[in-house]
Amino acid sequence: MIVFDNATKIYESADKKVKAVDRINLHVEEGQICVFLGPSGCGKTTLLRMVNRLIPLSGGAIHVNGKSIESFDTIELRRSIGYVIQQIGLFPNMTIEQNICVVPKLLGWDRKKMQNRYDELMELMGLNPDEYRKRYPWELSGGQQQRIGVARALAADPPVMLMDEPFGALDPIMRERIQNEFLRIQQNVKKTILFVSHDIDEAIRLGDKIAIFKAGQLMQYGTPDEILSNPKDEFVEDFVGGDRALKRLTLLTVHDLFFKLKHPRKLNGDARHSGSPTIDMETNLRTALSVILSSPTGEAVVADSKNNHVGLLNLHDFEALADIHPFELKSSV
Amino acid sequence: MSLVQFFADNWNHLLGMTWQHIQLVGSAVIVAILTGVPFGIYITQRETLANLVLAVAGIIMTIPSMALFGIMIPVLSLIHQGIGFLPAFIALVLYSQLPIIRNTYIAIKNVDASLRDAAIGMGMTTWQRLRKVEIPLAFPVIMAGVRIAVVLTIGIGAIAAYIGAGGLGVYISRGISTSYAVMVQAGAISVSVLAIAVDYALGRVQTKVQPVKNKASS
Amino acid sequence: MKKRSFTEKVVKAGLLLVIAGVVVWAFAAGSFQLMIDRPGDLIYLLLQHLQLVGLSALLAVAAAVPAGIIVTRERFRKLQWIATNFANLGQTIPSLAILALVMSYLGIGYQTAVFALWINSLLPILRNTIAGLENVSPSILDAGKGMGMSPGQIFWKLELPNASYAILAGIRTSIVINVGTATLAFLIGGGGLGDFIFTGISLYDTGIMLAGALPVMVLAVIIDFVLGKLERVVIPKGLQRNLETL
Repeated sequence: MIVFDNATKIYESADKKVKAVDRINLHVEEGQICVFLGPSGCGKTTLLRMVNRLIPLSGGAIHVNGKSIESFDTIELRRSIGYVIQQIGLFPNMTIEQNICVVPKLLGWDRKKMQNRYDELMELMGLNPDEYRKRYPWELSGGQQQRIGVARALAADPPVMLMDEPFGALDPIMRERIQNEFLRIQQNVKKTILFVSHDIDEAIRLGDKIAIFKAGQLMQYGTPDEILSNPKDEFVEDFVGGDRALKRLTLLTVHDLFFKLKHPRKLNGDARHSGSPTIDMETNLRTALSVILSSPTGEAVVADSKNNHVGLLNLHDFEALADIHPFELKSSV
Repeated sequence: MSLVQFFADNWNHLLGMTWQHIQLVGSAVIVAILTGVPFGIYITQRETLANLVLAVAGIIMTIPSMALFGIMIPVLSLIHQGIGFLPAFIALVLYSQLPIIRNTYIAIKNVDASLRDAAIGMGMTTWQRLRKVEIPLAFPVIMAGVRIAVVLTIGIGAIAAYIGAGGLGVYISRGISTSYAVMVQAGAISVSVLAIAVDYALGRVQTKVQPVKNKASS
Repeated sequence: MKKRSFTEKVVKAGLLLVIAGVVVWAFAAGSFQLMIDRPGDLIYLLLQHLQLVGLSALLAVAAAVPAGIIVTRERFRKLQWIATNFANLGQTIPSLAILALVMSYLGIGYQTAVFALWINSLLPILRNTIAGLENVSPSILDAGKGMGMSPGQIFWKLELPNASYAILAGIRTSIVINVGTATLAFLIGGGGLGDFIFTGISLYDTGIMLAGALPVMVLAVIIDFVLGKLERVVIPKGLQRNLETL
């Protein structure tokens, strides 16, 4: 768990003080991804770099798993926190294996243990350990390099990871692929992750919580659904975009909506509804809406995992959305 | 006699020697530019040749100037020019080739591919493209090569006094052989000042002629 | 790659041809007769030449690399401007002028020659050391720091290996230039192969002159080659892509 308690960073120049980070209070639960979101210069990266003391605090405190970061030796603190940056920063003079094993080596692991850890991480990243062991960073594509960057941060199995726009330099298709992979990996490793981004879609896709910053101040902190359905002020509303209602739909599945309906139109068994397209329970609601809008009958058939047709959905059913909050749903499952 | 005294007494002769030095270096560098720049541009179109030329020029650079002068003497003696201006001139032209050819080659090669594409897409011929896009953009880097060549040849030109080419090196060689420390210092200081001054002046020119680059990067 | 290796072969063949030509010529002019008649002289001067170059280069590396490292440390950042300008200005001063100036103050002799050559080789090494360390990508250093490397570890494991290419290139250039400049050491009483060259020129004796010029050329090419090979050994493999594309 990471707690920011009035965390403040003030830069003092000759005649003025700039509050880069202004009294931030935040709780990040263990095993969750918290995305720091905001325009450039809003202090999100500064706040991130304060956690591993690359930037010293001017005031307030930050606690990692109950202990103030100031109570650690800086070097020790940094070794216990994974760190990934946008420029990746793989060391060009080291092989891929050496790069991944930097922190384990600093921590004095023995050779066998490091080798096993390397193999394990490469498997996790979906890369062949032996193929890359002796290769150098420049021989890899951008996407591969970034995976190695994430693997390197995970190497010593730190409970906390800091990620500064790690996927920002990748093209959109690559980014989406690596984001999905990252989520899959997070399901396995369950790290507490602070993730800086300026991309609202990335924040929605990855974040358990999103913190929106403006000029060093925390504007809103909540689940993606809270932020999309209930932006606190004009700034947040602008930042999340005019299509926030549509973005919100990507957070919900047909399942979420269908079982919340007061009067779901159920189909018994596999009665045919010719002309209506079929959607399954796991489809996200944005896609479902698109299917319904383009359906000749104005409705879609909902199918379960065994492809039994369980019901029908049309545009009116989406009105029930106002009452649905995906994170409550998920926690109740 | 003090250094100041020496300069006061000999300024006229000193200016003459400086002019001689400038003539030697100037003519060599001009010939080097006239041959090196077109050649550097030409080899950007021919990769294999480029490697060859750059390798040979690199090797010429490693040959010590005294050794090159030494070799030049007997060869040019065949046409009775073994000592004097010509061997020094040829050696200086050879030495200035590497920085000029290399910088021209690198500069043209490094012109943003998208600009080159745009020029081609607008229907420019190869010659128009070189003249309107590539050479203006490459100019500062080529100029830097010229600057390196000039500073290099001013120094080697001083050594050329030993093969009778004249110039400011004469004070050094004569001063050393007659154990006349003030004359040695006068020669060394003059040639250093010349090198620094020319380097500075060319540096100013280099920044002045960069408007294209500044606009493109801002 | 194939084309390039072919090119290299042509270059090497052409060069060998030129060298062979000069050797034949030297033979005709009686250089080898001189070497055979008085082998002691050649070996003596060659060793003296190597000593001049080796000693001054060693001292230059010992001074310039640490100096370059110091001025790139955060604490001494202010000195960097001075060092860079000093190195740049120094490099525009002709080597003969440096030798002459040093001599006019320290007098004639071997030590004067070593000192002058030391100053001469100092500057390219200093400049390349500073440039090499400065050009190490900030993201690499940030990653190292963020991962918990100590300043010492960042220096030895990241900065130095990643700057090694530039530093070694500076050392190589400096030494190769020094082989040539050392011929001038003769003028200030430092001996070396310049003895033959200058004597040959003043006596109009091509034989003697080539007996000096030829070994100097060969020495420069060999030293350049050897140091080039050394770079391959010393520079981390991951950075050697730079060498290949040059």
